[in-house]
Amino acid sequence: MTDAAVAAARWQRCTIDEIVARTPTIKSFFLRLTQRFDYKAGQHVDIRLTAPDGYTAMRSYSIASAPSGSDMIELAIERLADGEVSPFFHDVAQVGDTIELRGPLGGHFLWPGRSETPVLLIGAGSGVAPLMAMIRYRKASAEPVPVALLLSSRTWNDVLFRDELLELESSLSDFRLALALTRERPTRPTDFGKRIDAPMVADVAARLSASPGRVFVCGSNAFVEIAADAALGLGLKAGAIKTERYGT
Amino acid sequence: MATRGFTGRNSGSDLSDRIPPGQHLVENFPVLTAGPTPRIEPADWTFTLKVGPRPIKVWSWSEFNALPRTRMTRDIHCVTAWSKLNTAWEGVTIDDILADAGLSAPTPFALAHCYDGYSTNVPLADLAAGKAMVALNYESQPLPRDHGGPARLLVPHLYFWKSAKWVNGLQFTERDEAGFWELRGYHIYGDPWREQRYTHD
Ligand SMILES: Cc1cc2nc3c(=O)[nH]c(=O)nc-3n(C[C@H](O)[C@H](O)[C@H](O)COP(=O)(O)OP(=O)(O)OC[C@H]3O[C@@H](n4cnc5c(N)ncnc54)[C@H](O)[C@@H]3O)c2cc1C
Repeated sequence: MTDAAVAAARWQRCTIDEIVARTPTIKSFFLRLTQRFDYKAGQHVDIRLTAPDGYTAMRSYSIASAPSGSDMIELAIERLADGEVSPFFHDVAQVGDTIELRGPLGGHFLWPGRSETPVLLIGAGSGVAPLMAMIRYRKASAEPVPVALLLSSRTWNDVLFRDELLELESSLSDFRLALALTRERPTRPTDFGKRIDAPMVADVAARLSASPGRVFVCGSNAFVEIAADAALGLGLKAGAIKTERYGT
Repeated sequence: MATRGFTGRNSGSDLSDRIPPGQHLVENFPVLTAGPTPRIEPADWTFTLKVGPRPIKVWSWSEFNALPRTRMTRDIHCVTAWSKLNTAWEGVTIDDILADAGLSAPTPFALAHCYDGYSTNVPLADLAAGKAMVALNYESQPLPRDHGGPARLLVPHLYFWKSAKWVNGLQFTERDEAGFWELRGYHIYGDPWREQRYTHD
């Protein structure tokens, strides 16, 4: 299925081309690949850091940029206090540094491609990264797929890719955006001021022109459990609900 | 290639005989699943043993729970690079399942099948001789739903995607047939000590 992609998934070096602070805890890292690869929206890469004594640390990060043929990919990395790899990216890594990476990886959490069935995306925090790749791809490819995104974040300022999402909401006719702010009252009437629950998922799904045929959920395990159960509650088959759990 | 400025949290630790290359230790127990968590009541649970397409034996939850119990404490290694030491499991070894069905070594390979449609392939040699079990308890408690409860396969010496959650059957096959992740770019065997993560590793 993803044989070509798999064959290309060798370790390679890339260079940090640009670092952009997105929220108080999330930065985007634009990496220039030495060996460009084709990927699908939703896939991830593995990053490997090596200490002087040869010790290595490896972590997975979703590709947030849309497939475009470019040799540049964007990762959005959230700083976890006491983490091993994410604080390195936030506190130590600089533009011009060389990082080892392999990809694209993951053959399951993939944008479905040519289909007019509406898609519901549900993410929390940095879990919007692979969903952003899908939304950006949806815009660039002009596929006629209605998309709704329900995104949970602590506050308005913690909403990853907020300004771009707001812009897409007004410029893309069949894209719906709903924010769920867990530690702040929302100012927009279409947003929510609480944690995600089943009625909220149903509310956002109903904003699509037809009921969603596919649901993608990404975030912490606890978040994904609630969102995936809520999607089952919409009457979708389990196989139509794809989840990416960031492990914790 | 050393990464500029990276020293690492576990740098210099002497657990290298316990932690395979590229892995790091965790204290928690991360959950990674490709879809919603299935809800299976023990009353509805069955386990089916097949050879090829032919069902050999089907156990209900109470029949399965009457089989001999074995405890195993093992280190486990997830392909997403975390390892967890000394995890304690209790369940029914594949040897005891085969014995109860009156089989010894049906075919050289097997596919584990699951309630969520997931499958994974494991050679018989890695299932038999006390190496693997269908686990029912974790740390002396019934297996939590998000970790595969009521029952999951446990093949602790291979990457943990082989330890299929919500298992409901074992199918013996003549050939080594790729399962869910093995068809999606993951290694056909998955030995953490040889870092067999992806297809061509
Ligand atoms: C497919 C996939 C895609 C992902 N995509 C993204 C993404 O796009 N963006 C993103 O930000 N993340 C993503 N993640 C999560 C990412 O891979 C890392 O898990 C995350 O960055 C944390 O790594 P870390 O090294 O900073 O923290 P870790 O060192 O792994 O620690 C995680 C947490 O556990 C605690 N902890 C664990 N072990 C110890 C210990 N021994 N000592 C002290 N504290 C400990 C830490 O305090 C920390 O808060 C993804 C994960 C997967 C599986």
